[in-house]
Amino acid sequence: MCGIVGLFLKNRALEPQLGGMTATMLGTMCDRGPDSAGFAIYGSGDDGHIKITVRASAPDYDFAKLAEAVSHEIESHIDCEPHGNHAVMTVVEDKAANAEEALQRLGGEEIELFGRGTRMEIFKDIGRPNKVADRFHLDQMSGSHAVGHTRMATESAVNAAGAHPFSTGVDQCLVHNGSLSNYNALRRELQRKGMTFQTKNDTEVASVYLTWRMQQGASLGEALESSLEDLDGFYTFVVGTENGFGVLRDPIACKPAVLAETDDYVAFGSEYRALAALPGIENAKVWEPEPATVYFWERS
Amino acid sequence: METVDLQKTPLREFNQKLHDLQGSSDKAEFKVLNPRGKHAVASGIDAPVSVEIDGSVGYYCASMNKQADVVVNGSAGVGLAENIMSGKVHVKGDASSSAAATGIGGMVIIDGNASSRCGISNRGVDIVVKGNVGHMSGFMAQAGNLVVLGDAGDAFGDSIYEAKLFVRGSVKSLGADCIEKEMRDEHKETLRKILDEAGIGEEVDVNEFKRYGSARQLYNFKIDNLEAY
Repeated sequence: MCGIVGLFLKNRALEPQLGGMTATMLGTMCDRGPDSAGFAIYGSGDDGHIKITVRASAPDYDFAKLAEAVSHEIESHIDCEPHGNHAVMTVVEDKAANAEEALQRLGGEEIELFGRGTRMEIFKDIGRPNKVADRFHLDQMSGSHAVGHTRMATESAVNAAGAHPFSTGVDQCLVHNGSLSNYNALRRELQRKGMTFQTKNDTEVASVYLTWRMQQGASLGEALESSLEDLDGFYTFVVGTENGFGVLRDPIACKPAVLAETDDYVAFGSEYRALAALPGIENAKVWEPEPATVYFWERS
Repeated sequence: METVDLQKTPLREFNQKLHDLQGSSDKAEFKVLNPRGKHAVASGIDAPVSVEIDGSVGYYCASMNKQADVVVNGSAGVGLAENIMSGKVHVKGDASSSAAATGIGGMVIIDGNASSRCGISNRGVDIVVKGNVGHMSGFMAQAGNLVVLGDAGDAFGDSIYEAKLFVRGSVKSLGADCIEKEMRDEHKETLRKILDEAGIGEEVDVNEFKRYGSARQLYNFKIDNLEAY
């Protein structure tokens, strides 16, 4: 099954409430995916800096110590903001690749890198989705848009790395309801093109595929269009980028999707239940996205 | 009329109350508030009751309905009135996929659009959609009628048996073994009765519709096709 929620604010005055609204939406989707959950939130960022979200396998991991060691190694300051077993490490942009390499090397098997972005932070873990949201205090986070997922695993193990969203490019994230069938072949093809993978998961292949397309110069919209040709299987995708939010369903539209739009926001839910608590939903335009049709909203 | 607020009354308690009326001739009336997309609202009724729901419902609303008159002042999720036996289900907004799937009798009216697979495996229900229907609507429909005032999506009537499909607008594409058929007087009469029952007989002209049905080339096994299996 799996559940997806997404919220893209058009009205900036609502930004302090983004986390609270997303947490409520995610909570209603618990029974669609009770084994693990995750969310990406697009909040504030500093010009010329990159935020790297990392997760530690130990609950009491000393992130400050790791940040200090990495700072020393790359000769550049790293700002470390712990959130439970996750931490957001902020580093100047031109040292980001070095920092990632050093985090992975010094952190070893105790550390996993979940995403990097100028504004995007990513949190994901096993457990009931409402508990995962509570653990990271999602309800207190603010930002312009957020994407969340509740997982009922089919294609790979239940662990934090296999939870969604998957992020394989700066500020890019993808969540998926469904299952792909040609992902092993596609993974091999992408590996030959030099792309790397962290898991055995099907959604990661879709995420890497989109990242690869965009590296080739495609816009997100074009990358999504081409995935209709190259991905085989069932999918409802919701993607996030630094300024935007997109939705795509497979041509058979096997997996559910509901969109709602008001002057204040665009919201996505696997079911209407996820949207029922949003302000002004009674008068929102509510509809089902068409199959094989790319929907995309972007802030100017 | 009894008012039930689903923010206060547990849905199971309300559905149980409806099920307890099975076999009675009690024409009770219920007004339901705050459904908030809950699944299986007013499912499995077997009594001549009326239920009016204010707001949008989730999956399988009024499924397996017998005798009851259910109105939704909102939209409905997947499987609206699935396996309806009799009675009438009327949604004022849109319906998600598989509306009135496998229905055996009664009537389902959707004022807005119905998405994919509307009336899939129809076995005798009359369905009236005032807007459009999505892809694969009427798939493997065996009996009953599907009336669409708007347009139909891809693969309309795929692998259809003996259900009748009437469309006023366009059909994006026909599914396997589904063809346009002659609209004879008897079909106009059938259509007129359905539109009358749906309360729009006065305003809709049966002459504007085209009829679609089975070419009957697919549903019998042909020994010549053995190689294909």
